[in-house]
Amino acid sequence: MNVGLEHYLTVSAMLFCLGLLGVILRRNVLVIYMSLELMLNAANLALVAFSRFNENLTGQMMVFFIITVAAAEVAVGLALIVALYRKRQSAHVEDLTSLKL
Amino acid sequence: MEPTLSPAGYAALTILLLPLAAAVVALACPCRDPERTANRSIGAIALGFILSLGLFFFAGDKAIETNFNWLSVGDLKVSFGLLLDPLSKLMLLVVTGVGLMIHIYSRGYLHGDRSYSRYFASLSLFTFSMLGIVLANNLFMMFVFWELVGVSSYLLIGFWFEKNSAADAAKKAFLTNRVGDFGFILGIILTWAALGSVNFTELASAVELGGRLADKAAGFSVLAEPLGKIFQSTNWWLVHPNVLVTLVGLLLFMGAMGKSAQFPLHVWLPDAMEGPTPVSALIHAATMVAAGVFMLCRIFFLLDIPGSHALEFIAWIGGFTALLAALMALQQNDIKRILAYSTLSQLGYMVMAVGLHSPQSAMFHLTTHAAFKALLFLGAGSVILACHHEQNIWKMGGLRDAMPRTWWTFRWGTLALCGVWPFAGFFSKDAILAAALDPAHRNIPLFVLGVFVAGLTTFYMSRLVLVAFCGNARSEEASHAHESPGVMTWPLVVLAVPTLLAGAVGIDAYLAKALPSEHAPHNEGFLNNLFAPFNHNILAAGFGLLAVVAGYKLARALYTNAGRDPLPDKLGVLAKMARDRFYFDELYEWFISVTQETLAKVADWFDRWIIAGLLVRGTHGTTELFGRALRLVQTGSLQTYAFLFAAGVVLVLAWQLLLQSPAH
Repeated sequence: MNVGLEHYLTVSAMLFCLGLLGVILRRNVLVIYMSLELMLNAANLALVAFSRFNENLTGQMMVFFIITVAAAEVAVGLALIVALYRKRQSAHVEDLTSLKL
Repeated sequence: MEPTLSPAGYAALTILLLPLAAAVVALACPCRDPERTANRSIGAIALGFILSLGLFFFAGDKAIETNFNWLSVGDLKVSFGLLLDPLSKLMLLVVTGVGLMIHIYSRGYLHGDRSYSRYFASLSLFTFSMLGIVLANNLFMMFVFWELVGVSSYLLIGFWFEKNSAADAAKKAFLTNRVGDFGFILGIILTWAALGSVNFTELASAVELGGRLADKAAGFSVLAEPLGKIFQSTNWWLVHPNVLVTLVGLLLFMGAMGKSAQFPLHVWLPDAMEGPTPVSALIHAATMVAAGVFMLCRIFFLLDIPGSHALEFIAWIGGFTALLAALMALQQNDIKRILAYSTLSQLGYMVMAVGLHSPQSAMFHLTTHAAFKALLFLGAGSVILACHHEQNIWKMGGLRDAMPRTWWTFRWGTLALCGVWPFAGFFSKDAILAAALDPAHRNIPLFVLGVFVAGLTTFYMSRLVLVAFCGNARSEEASHAHESPGVMTWPLVVLAVPTLLAGAVGIDAYLAKALPSEHAPHNEGFLNNLFAPFNHNILAAGFGLLAVVAGYKLARALYTNAGRDPLPDKLGVLAKMARDRFYFDELYEWFISVTQETLAKVADWFDRWIIAGLLVRGTHGTTELFGRALRLVQTGSLQTYAFLFAAGVVLVLAWQLLLQSPAH
């Protein structure tokens, strides 16, 4: 079987949808965070695939940027989640409603 | 017209502006000595009187007109103009002459009043406004001064405004007049729309031109064509031209109805007696109420257009007012109120005369009436002052010996009012009765009514004289009454002269120069004029005198040495109705309260349900409802937002990809 662009894109779309489902359905902040990372990586996959098939390195360059920014974001995000957990003893979104009227 | 002034024009302008200057000076720089204000007012009107005399005798009979452009809006040119013709010259003489006497009299009557200068300022303002009406050469200027007269009469009736009744009477007079003025201005606008001018001379020539051109047999008139155009172009009201001509006449008459206190707007005049007595004499006998009749004579050519039925209506309103007021006067006990109702009744005569195609006899009666009614009112004022402000005639009596000068002049005034030959009132009343018998416009019912009212007039005036002046004093005040000072009695004596003589000096012949009349009376010298009524129409003169004799006999039988009024026992409910003024005031009060109540209820309902309910609460409710609905969407849950966001993206993608892409 010859693997083409469509296959990569299909995998990327499936990963993206899984990530989105995770963001929408899961209740644990940490898991939501992981799902977000999954969505970012789905986008990375699509970009790399485009880059490969279009023989253009711009896409890969963008991916490097995304990975870098995501790493910084993970550092900040995880720190926030740890701090939140220490304060509330919980990482569930239902418990984080102090801003609601 | 060029704004050039002839010497006569200058004189007229001076007559007009002098009282205004006196009023302005009195109000702007109140001096410590109120007597000086009075002297200035008297001086202004005295100078006016002298100039009027000069105009009357030396200016010739040709009409002199002066025009200044005041403002022009589109086609409408409003000018400030003076018109001097025999009509206005005679009226000038009446206003300044009677006014002068009343000014002098007021100086004595109001001596020591706190608001002496305010009184004379208002009096001068009133004189100015009245002279403005007399001299106006167009309807708009007349209307402006017409309203000014209303304002100054308001000021004068409410002069003693600390009294509630005076303040109420002033308001009543002003508002009732406004009702009439509303019709008057509508009539002016309609006249302008139809004939394109408000100037009397231009209107008269337009009507004359139309009269010559129009097909008289079809009853078409000059107003028909342009008005027909107006109404046909909008096509909302297709009426017969005769109806329109009549409408113009009736609307203009509404103004006269208010000012001259004709039924149904007569209610203000008796109440206006709350003002000082000289004011009653000036405004409510000699001048202001005469303005309505004067206006009708001025615009008589508009009322007399062939096809118009306005005059018939005017005649009947006048006759009805004369009868109604005479009946009311029968049972009044206040000396001023009796005179007020007799004024109403005489005004009814004048209006009836206009309606009977005889404006010159209306003006004739106006002139003589101004003299003798002013005399009567001033006499009544003298009596009231002598009896320490007692106005009830049943508390007077026996004044004839105590106040000989007042008694003599008052009696002459009464004789003139009743129409006894050779007093002035006889001639003018006879002219009106003769007009009712005029073969061209014969109106027998109105003639009978006129004779009957003449009888009633004699009856109630004799009652007044017999009760107040003859017999014995019925109260402490009356027995101590003494003659008024000379400043008050001399005007009475002066006014008694025209009361006796004005009938036969040829005023009617003079008026015939200004007003159209079928067979103009001729001035044949004083002695011939004295007997002219008997030669001219013996029927009118005879019946008039018969009515006087009958009225006097009846009054003499009932009231000689009467302790109280025997009429209520004899007439029962009719006497009570007459005393209560036929319940017109109550009727109006009821009507106004009912309409106002209904209006208030409707307004309340509208405010409560439409404004507050629908608009205010509706807006607030809808906004709140939307707010509540939208709040349901704002859950505060991040995941819901993410879901909605994703769903939106999916929807947009689906729409873009499935619907927008070319079919494959």
